[in-house]
Amino acid sequence: MALKLMKGCEAIAEAAIQAGCRYFFGYPITPQNDIPEYMSLRLPQVGGCFLQAESELAAINMVYGAGGAGARVMTSSSSPGISLKQEGISTCCAAEIPCVIVNMMRGGPGLGNIQASQGDYFQAVKGGGHGDYHLVVFAPSSIQETCNLMQKAFDTADKYRTPVMILADGLIGQMMEPVELKMNPNPEMPEKPWAAQGYDPKGERPRAVLNSLYIETEDLDVLINRLHERYAEIEKNEKMVETYHTEGAEFILCAYGTVARVCKAAVRILEEQGVKVGLVRPITLWPFPTETVHDAIAQESVKACLTVEMSDGQMYEDIRLAVNGCKPCEFMGKAGSIIPSAEEIAERILKMREA
Amino acid sequence: MVEKNIFAGFGGQGVLLMGQLLAAAGMMEGKHTTWVPSYGPEMRGGTANCSVMLSDEEIDSPLITRPTSLIVMNRPSLEKFEDKVVPGGSIFVNSSMIDVKVKREDVNAYYVPCNDLAAELGNNKVANMIMLGAYLGKSKCVDVETVLDALLEKLGQKKAKLIPLNREALLRGAACIE
Repeated sequence: MALKLMKGCEAIAEAAIQAGCRYFFGYPITPQNDIPEYMSLRLPQVGGCFLQAESELAAINMVYGAGGAGARVMTSSSSPGISLKQEGISTCCAAEIPCVIVNMMRGGPGLGNIQASQGDYFQAVKGGGHGDYHLVVFAPSSIQETCNLMQKAFDTADKYRTPVMILADGLIGQMMEPVELKMNPNPEMPEKPWAAQGYDPKGERPRAVLNSLYIETEDLDVLINRLHERYAEIEKNEKMVETYHTEGAEFILCAYGTVARVCKAAVRILEEQGVKVGLVRPITLWPFPTETVHDAIAQESVKACLTVEMSDGQMYEDIRLAVNGCKPCEFMGKAGSIIPSAEEIAERILKMREA
Repeated sequence: MVEKNIFAGFGGQGVLLMGQLLAAAGMMEGKHTTWVPSYGPEMRGGTANCSVMLSDEEIDSPLITRPTSLIVMNRPSLEKFEDKVVPGGSIFVNSSMIDVKVKREDVNAYYVPCNDLAAELGNNKVANMIMLGAYLGKSKCVDVETVLDALLEKLGQKKAKLIPLNREALLRGAACIE
């Protein structure tokens, strides 16, 4: 298969189509506009439907509808737009609607700016909407990985009947890298007997009611328990994490997405100076790879760990929970879309080493 | 081999395209490559730049803080990035539009009158290709013909007639360096 130089947003959109996505509903916002633009061109070519909704809220509710009818559907937005979708995301979780949501994070809070950021970790991982739910959250760090995760996102959404979020940052959306896309003109679609695809009074197909309202306390309890069990299953099966040069390291860096790439460059700089440093990169932010993070940092050789984020310290909370006090934890990060440089990270590790 | 390049100029000068063609040509020659644009509320006449990395090894961070080459099409870009170039690196200056010299003495400066040379070829729009040719003449990191293959892919067969002009522009730029 040939490599193609593609912009992140366009590659993601194409990967979604190859994974069987045929419906896209969205509302424009920078820096992810290339996704809807690409979808508006490509989806009609494959017999799908692109629709620019009148608002983010409308878009996520259209996703609810298409997902409820059994289609592979996605929406994308960027931070402030994702905030507007939260009501619908909570609803999709309650109604057990499989769908994929892409967030190309930009600076926040509020309208923030339009540069890359990682300020939406809490919103994605801890629940931006109300109620007891989890999103499965994938955090890719390259365009190729984003494309690979797209197929997995749709498969995971269908397998567990849950929304899956791709949490990337504006940089991944806007940059170009060579990618290899698996072209798949007839993607395999799982059977969805639960979907609202028409009631058959002769009994072949029962009525499908996809609802998020359970007025009776006992009924809601049944749903919550079902979701709870499913989440336990996801936690058991779906954790993904990359460890890089962690064995026998003196310090461990923790980062995800674009920042993890900068951390790899920092590892290289430090190794050239004879300092053994490793990186733990969670690929699923929920379920969080707690055990791997813990084991990498709990090693005897490790003096301390440093979490690096383009935020004021969000994944840092989960890192500290994983480390559970066994080693000192420090944080380095900048909100407002400033990406720490590899040199700065290396310098910080050298300072920690002196201390 | 690791080339860390920043291309900069004002919107409309073809700065992002220069970088894209280099990245695509690098890919076609089997190198690892990344292209990162500056993006923002930019428009024609505003500033634009992109960072392009070419490497024989896998690229970790695509962000460039210290470029090995700086390619500037207008004066504000030179002033913005001059100090960031690594010692021993190269600065390619569009001397048709930049009337100052590179201040640093620890870098190699190349002055290429891109717009004037493009006008000689009868098309001002190829000023960026003259500059890209100059960069390739010095760095030799990809072949001129591979860049033209990348351009043809971008233009499509309907505009293939533009390839000879662009070839001439790339070669004219490369000739400036010798």
